[in-house]
Amino acid sequence: MNWSQYLAMGGYGLYVWTSYAVAALVLVYNLLSARRRTRQVRKQLQELARLNRAGNE
Amino acid sequence: MPLNFHKYASPKVFYTLAGQLIPWFAGATVLVLGYGLYQSLFVAPPDYQQGESVRIMFIHVPAAWMSMFVYMVLAGAGAIGLIWNMKLAEMAATAAAPIGASFTFLALVTGSLWGKPMWGTWWVWDARLTSELILFFLYVGFMALQAAIDDPKRAARAGALFALVGVVNIPVIHFSVQWWNTLHQPASISSINKIGAPAIAPSILIPLLIMAVAFMLFFATVLLIRLRAEILQRERYTSWVAELVNP
Repeated sequence: MNWSQYLAMGGYGLYVWTSYAVAALVLVYNLLSARRRTRQVRKQLQELARLNRAGNE
Repeated sequence: MPLNFHKYASPKVFYTLAGQLIPWFAGATVLVLGYGLYQSLFVAPPDYQQGESVRIMFIHVPAAWMSMFVYMVLAGAGAIGLIWNMKLAEMAATAAAPIGASFTFLALVTGSLWGKPMWGTWWVWDARLTSELILFFLYVGFMALQAAIDDPKRAARAGALFALVGVVNIPVIHFSVQWWNTLHQPASISSINKIGAPAIAPSILIPLLIMAVAFMLFFATVLLIRLRAEILQRERYTSWVAELVNP
């Protein structure tokens, strides 16, 4: 198989590869934002625990 | 003995269960997505009319299906939260929204990238495209509404009502290509041709369905991750979360 011919996608290369690239970005964004949210909540919980300890002393 | 659904609806039990399920869903997503991409980019033949541009469909159609499916999950979870006052369902609706919005965005962008070479335009205000754009605004509206209300219980209720009203848009999207004479093509999967088979060749249908399964598994994975974060946040004053953070 000829790679440059394959990548050209019969002249639709720009549209096809941009579509797959946007799809990849959307999937990665979902994972990163879910992880960011998890960290955010964890941090909030630690802060809450710290305040509780301070309140008990 | 009937299965005890209420046990799994307890946020604490579900938190642990979700933690155990995530690696399995993530692994399955990687495998099915890898196979689906191989099928879509190497195995599927070019279309006799659209040429290689048909490969955009393997992203576009699953993304569009998911945009509607996730909305129904969101609205369904919202309804369960409203009717049975189930906390876990409320959290599921909140967790699903950003994922659904991202699938809708992907469907719109890939549709545009497919429309340009096939129709000669990036965008047209036809019924299918317009109703899909409204779906995107519904997701954004749901998230903005929930973000604007501090009390989580009230935010959940307002969001659920908003989402349920928005359900009216789902049949509009689905039937738009039948109700109006639009530029967007009608459904290929559900329409049956003269020989009684779906009006789509198996060589195109199989990669499409594999990609749809991959997107579904990906949704499940991200939903569980987000739901776990949501559970911790909403249950932050309970003793089990306190113990989890500070054993």
